[in-house]
Amino acid sequence: MTTAADDLDPALRAEALASLLIERGLVDEGVMNNFIKTYELSVGPMNGAKVVARAWIDPSYRERLLADGTGAIAELGFKGPQGEHIVVLENTPGVHHVVVCTLCSCYPWPVLGLPPSWYKDPSYRSRIVREPRAVLAEFGLELGEDVTIRVFDSSSEVRYMVLPLRPAGTEGLSEEELAALVTRDAMVGVAQAGTP
Amino acid sequence: MSGPGGHADPAYLLDASGPAAPPRDNGELVFRAPWESKAFGLALALTDAGLIDWEDFRRALIGEISGWETAHPSGEGWSYYDCWLRSLERVVSAGGLVGAGAVADRAAQLAALPPGHDHADAGHPGHDHPHAGHDHPAAGHDHD
Repeated sequence: MTTAADDLDPALRAEALASLLIERGLVDEGVMNNFIKTYELSVGPMNGAKVVARAWIDPSYRERLLADGTGAIAELGFKGPQGEHIVVLENTPGVHHVVVCTLCSCYPWPVLGLPPSWYKDPSYRSRIVREPRAVLAEFGLELGEDVTIRVFDSSSEVRYMVLPLRPAGTEGLSEEELAALVTRDAMVGVAQAGTP
Repeated sequence: MSGPGGHADPAYLLDASGPAAPPRDNGELVFRAPWESKAFGLALALTDAGLIDWEDFRRALIGEISGWETAHPSGEGWSYYDCWLRSLERVVSAGGLVGAGAVADRAAQLAALPPGHDHADAGHPGHDHPHAGHDHPAAGHDHD
């Protein structure tokens, strides 16, 4: 039964589980630490930002990205766990997309890294479906009544990423400068891309 | 460990108590405590080694989360990685890798250790270093 262990601090239980798995040769400590370091330091929304910037400047890439998210994202070298079935949702002046995982916390790790705490929060996961306009307003994103909001629920089959609208006045910017305008929140759909 | 009942990290409580105003910081830490990163790394390492199936783990996680939400309608005390760890314990136990009893026993042992128990065999400050593994440097220093 897990009842006895349930009463103990999760830090102790995690350490206990790790030490037992390592002792029994089931987990290589180096592999475990490498996964942690990778997601703490290397894999993050900067990957997705590069994808978005490329899509903004290269129409054929944008087409490939919308047709096959995983494939086009892999072209830039981003792949790995939770990236097997990425679908990219393109925002337009009339349609805004926002992403959630109502059941757990499915999220496109290779392009966005691990999800922020609010994405995993029970209140975001339930409220964004029921009252997306109000929740987006709490994030500081006020959308006009003429803008349709579409909420996409991630699942084991599909991880969504939003392709935000390219901000006005960015015609002369380089790909790198454009990527700097793309935030994680914009790619989840709770914000717009920034302005230079 | 910290004082009695001192495991409640205030950052946690703050986060869980303000669900209507989700934090929007783009630069927040991925893990809020070392044990969270450990639970994360274990799940990935076990999946990578083919010892657990990610889909089994995900189903367990969905079950833990919905069970927690049903039991805590106010949302107070929410910890995502606590659900994660419980799910991991379940699939690890179901897969016959490490039983729940063994985890509980080991955790209780760890709890009973005095503070600063790490590196039990390294606490000899002031002793001369033991030379084990110090190769004799002569090989690279042939002065004619």
